Amino acid sequence: MYWITVLVVAVMVLSALAVLLLPNLLAAVAASSVVSLALSVVFVIVRAPDVAMTEAAVGAGLSGVILVLALRRLGLWGLGDDNRPQPERFSGTGDDA
Amino acid sequence: MRNFTSLLFAGGLGFFLLVLAADLPLGAPPMLAGQGVLAEGAAATGAANLVTAVVLAYRGIDTLGELSILFAAAAGVGLVLGRARRRPDAEADPEGGFILLAAADLLFPLLVIVGLYIVLHGHLTPGGGFQGGVVLAAAFFLPLLGRPRNALDHAVIGWIEGLAGAVFVGIGLWALAARGEFLAPLLGKGTLGALFSAGTLPLLYIAVGLKVGAEIAGLMSTLQETEAAGS
Repeated sequence: MYWITVLVVAVMVLSALAVLLLPNLLAAVAASSVVSLALSVVFVIVRAPDVAMTEAAVGAGLSGVILVLALRRLGLWGLGDDNRPQPERFSGTGDDA
Repeated sequence: MRNFTSLLFAGGLGFFLLVLAADLPLGAPPMLAGQGVLAEGAAATGAANLVTAVVLAYRGIDTLGELSILFAAAAGVGLVLGRARRRPDAEADPEGGFILLAAADLLFPLLVIVGLYIVLHGHLTPGGGFQGGVVLAAAFFLPLLGRPRNALDHAVIGWIEGLAGAVFVGIGLWALAARGEFLAPLLGKGTLGALFSAGTLPLLYIAVGLKVGAEIAGLMSTLQETEAAGS
């Protein structure tokens, strides 16, 4: 059980890094859902099934859907966008914008 | 310069939180209320799932607060976005492909059954109104992904939401009149572990499930009905 926990936490950390580093925003949202899904497995391991269900439903499902719909509303991702070049990701400095 | 300011702010916030965390007496003294609930909760409320006993019987008013927060979030999204605010010339989204349409039709009844099961067995097994409500909302949102032109009826959603919230508060007021405490458990406790047990807790969880499901389905379909930027 110890190594399963270590593996799940490693998946969480790697997906959290992927959220920051992925150039594709849709993929970043998917990675943030993976963080929540792995967290819900951690909740099952610590024997909190109620919290695990909430985390899986709200963290992995609902917030992912809402983030994707927000991306669509903001014009950062659209249906049938897969062949178009992705918009430049916000660089964070703000000086060149 | 701006990066440096951000770094300074993040570092200062981290330092502040670490100082706070160092002074917090985490784990000591042990939470004695938890032991009491574990020892007496099942007998006092009749709910086999102790989490439900805490959420609805011991901390029912907190649950009412959570419902109010969700209501405020859904109302805010409805106020800012939605079909009424849509540009008339905005393009509608295209229909989904075969896989999405077939999967939405297949999954709809299964998701409804799973959601209702989770809501109705909230006092027996892990889960309850919040989790089941989100599953129900997903069931009603999934067909919209495939067929964006069919919208959910927001008037019906509003009625379900309002009635479910009124039932929750109504049961609380009934308890206030009968027992002198808001949201105190009423009715017979029944046999521990039976479907019809735990008094009013299943009724409260059905109200929570319907309210959460209606709110989240309305919220997601409102977001989905807005036009995509640039289209």
